[in-house]
Amino acid sequence: MSRHTLSVLVENKPGVLARIAGLFSRRGFNIDSLAVGPTEHPEISRMTIVVNVEESPLEQVTKQLNKLIEVIKIVELDGPQSVTRELLLVKVKADAETRGHVLETVSLFRAKVVDVAPDAVTIEVTGNAEKLEAFLRVLEPFGIRELVQSGMVAIGRGSRSITDRTLKPVPVPAPAAG
Amino acid sequence: MSEQGPAGDTVTGAQSLVKALESAGADTIFGIPGGAILPAYDPLYDSKIRHILVRHEQGAGHAAQGYAVATGRVGVCMATSGPGATNLVTPIADAMMDSVPIVAVTGQVPSGAIGSDAFQEADIRGITMPITKHNFLVTDPAEIPRTVAEAFYIASTGRPGPVLVDVAKDALQAMTRFEWPTELNLPGYRPVTRPHAKQVREAARLIVEARRPVLYVGGGVIRAGAAKELRILAETTGIPVVTTLMARGAFPDSHPQHLGMPGMHGTVAAVAGLQKSDLIISLGARFDDRVTGLLSSFAPNAKVIHADIDPAEIGKNRHADVPIVGDCREVIADLVVALQAEAEAGHQGDYEGWQKFIYGVRGKYPLGYDAPADGSLAPQYVLERLGKISGPDSIYVAGVGQHQMWATHYISYENPQTWINSGGLGTMGFSVPAAMGAKVGKPDTTVWAVDGDGCFQMTNQELATCAIEGIPIKVAIINNESLGMVRQWQTLFYNSRYSNTDLHTGPSRRIPDFVKLADAYGCVGLSCESPDDVDATIEKAMEINDVPVVVDFRVHRDAMVWPMVAAGTSNDDIKYARDLAPQFEEDEL
Repeated sequence: MSRHTLSVLVENKPGVLARIAGLFSRRGFNIDSLAVGPTEHPEISRMTIVVNVEESPLEQVTKQLNKLIEVIKIVELDGPQSVTRELLLVKVKADAETRGHVLETVSLFRAKVVDVAPDAVTIEVTGNAEKLEAFLRVLEPFGIRELVQSGMVAIGRGSRSITDRTLKPVPVPAPAAG
Repeated sequence: MSEQGPAGDTVTGAQSLVKALESAGADTIFGIPGGAILPAYDPLYDSKIRHILVRHEQGAGHAAQGYAVATGRVGVCMATSGPGATNLVTPIADAMMDSVPIVAVTGQVPSGAIGSDAFQEADIRGITMPITKHNFLVTDPAEIPRTVAEAFYIASTGRPGPVLVDVAKDALQAMTRFEWPTELNLPGYRPVTRPHAKQVREAARLIVEARRPVLYVGGGVIRAGAAKELRILAETTGIPVVTTLMARGAFPDSHPQHLGMPGMHGTVAAVAGLQKSDLIISLGARFDDRVTGLLSSFAPNAKVIHADIDPAEIGKNRHADVPIVGDCREVIADLVVALQAEAEAGHQGDYEGWQKFIYGVRGKYPLGYDAPADGSLAPQYVLERLGKISGPDSIYVAGVGQHQMWATHYISYENPQTWINSGGLGTMGFSVPAAMGAKVGKPDTTVWAVDGDGCFQMTNQELATCAIEGIPIKVAIINNESLGMVRQWQTLFYNSRYSNTDLHTGPSRRIPDFVKLADAYGCVGLSCESPDDVDATIEKAMEINDVPVVVDFRVHRDAMVWPMVAAGTSNDDIKYARDLAPQFEEDEL
């Protein structure tokens, strides 16, 4: 098994997330992470789906996704040719004694404190999966009280855009004659 | 709709829906009205579209399928919200599995009530997401024409399939403007029909190099209307042909290159033809488990050329050495040209040894059955005679089970679209309503529903529709007093313990009496118990063309379907009769 990141451009229509989630579950594929959001085109949304599958089931996933009418394009974004990021918000125990150490870790990872309470701080950090994992490992001894993490988003390096395409309409065919 | 003005005029959403269906080319709708769809039935009353009032929504769905397969046009069914819509689920799933172009229009509760568990509310769009090619929920009346246009386009292009359009009642009641769209906005839908030339050339190269090739023909050839092209390909190459359950009629049964149907109940020659082949040329087929048997042991020495309009079918079950995405008609036509080029370059396949071997197998292990020793009626004989007397220009529509397998084997199919059945989903009860739809689409063709006594009891209420609407189908009930295929498995795999398979439609009880039932429905009911009466009974049924006819063929209940590859086993273990395995003389290969 290996992790694959799929960027899926979909029409921004109600129900499209249900279609994609349903497809994964009924074909027996597991989603590791899913992030949905708008793009520079208001009629197109972009999903970043991380799946953990072998090469040949991945091909089936992609083909089945492509069959969904509202899926416009699928691009696999993996490896050094792409940038991947996740967002993490974590609440860590930090009293007068440990706060200094916690803040040191925060600056080491170029994270940010977004809220302070007498016995805890809430930290925001972005990065790829490895960085967030490392960050959490360092924070763990202080005591993690609560944690929330976004799905991964990914984008290809360079100047090209995967949304580059004309959304060309097709002419209505005449009804078939008997 | 004559009282309405030209396109662009102000109409109700319901009028817009009916105008849209007319504009999309619908001439027939099978349906049942109810609360949420009721607004649409008012303009439908004045429309040139023929609405056929069925007795159960499942019947409407299967009728739309039968209509679609027989005519090649999109079949349309209509139902109200909630239970009306959920009753369409089975035919929609059936159409999805067998790639049948239908559009189902359902009423939905008013948009403000959606999600409130309102009376007769069901999330039919959510329910049918996995079993439709696409579906829509329309709450804005302005979206009605575009949605209907897209639904018909999606249903009928690419790999055909069912599309559901759910329309909220308030959208049907509101005022709107009707404007038939001139273009569709489907950026994610671009079916590939033109095959890649390089792949076709590569396929041609494999074909001339092969020594034991076989044309594995699936339902895609019928949907693509490629029977003529297939025949040219087969005859110019001399490659033997197998036609799957969905493809029966795509290649004439009488043709000397035809090995018959492959699969669990396939002929020995067709099963062996695939199993021992060195090159499978798959045309619009999908390597279904009922064809391959145990997948890991299927055709172990064969390379595969897999042509299909649906890229997701290619490589799904079996690795394809040469994948070709495209419409079967174009793929086959291009293959013929590419093979011609190979021939001109001096490359031609040598299949002589293979032909001799596989036609030898066909000669040695033909389809066959033993007449029951007690003189009772063999079901196979009934189908054999039915096919002979009604002939290859009739349409035969089967249910699911033993009678379906006997009908596919013992009737000779010579033309595409003359064999209609539920292949993928295996829906009992398909036959009567689908036959009704086929007869509506092809009113001048004799349409036989070949049904089992179990299947028939699931949907025979549509005989009322047939009688009242003047749809004179003919029904041959192959009555073995039981759920025959299940009983066969109980005989073979459950020590003849017949748990819950006796339907009591035999001489001791006859519940129901099918002849009386036919009579009650305004149809002619006939029965036949002896082989001596088969011809006369069929001929009598053939003479009745003003009302539907139901013939109760009371057959021997222990007859079994052979050949058979037991579920989950290898095709190598095919039996052509109980405990009888064919002996292949491999050295002939």
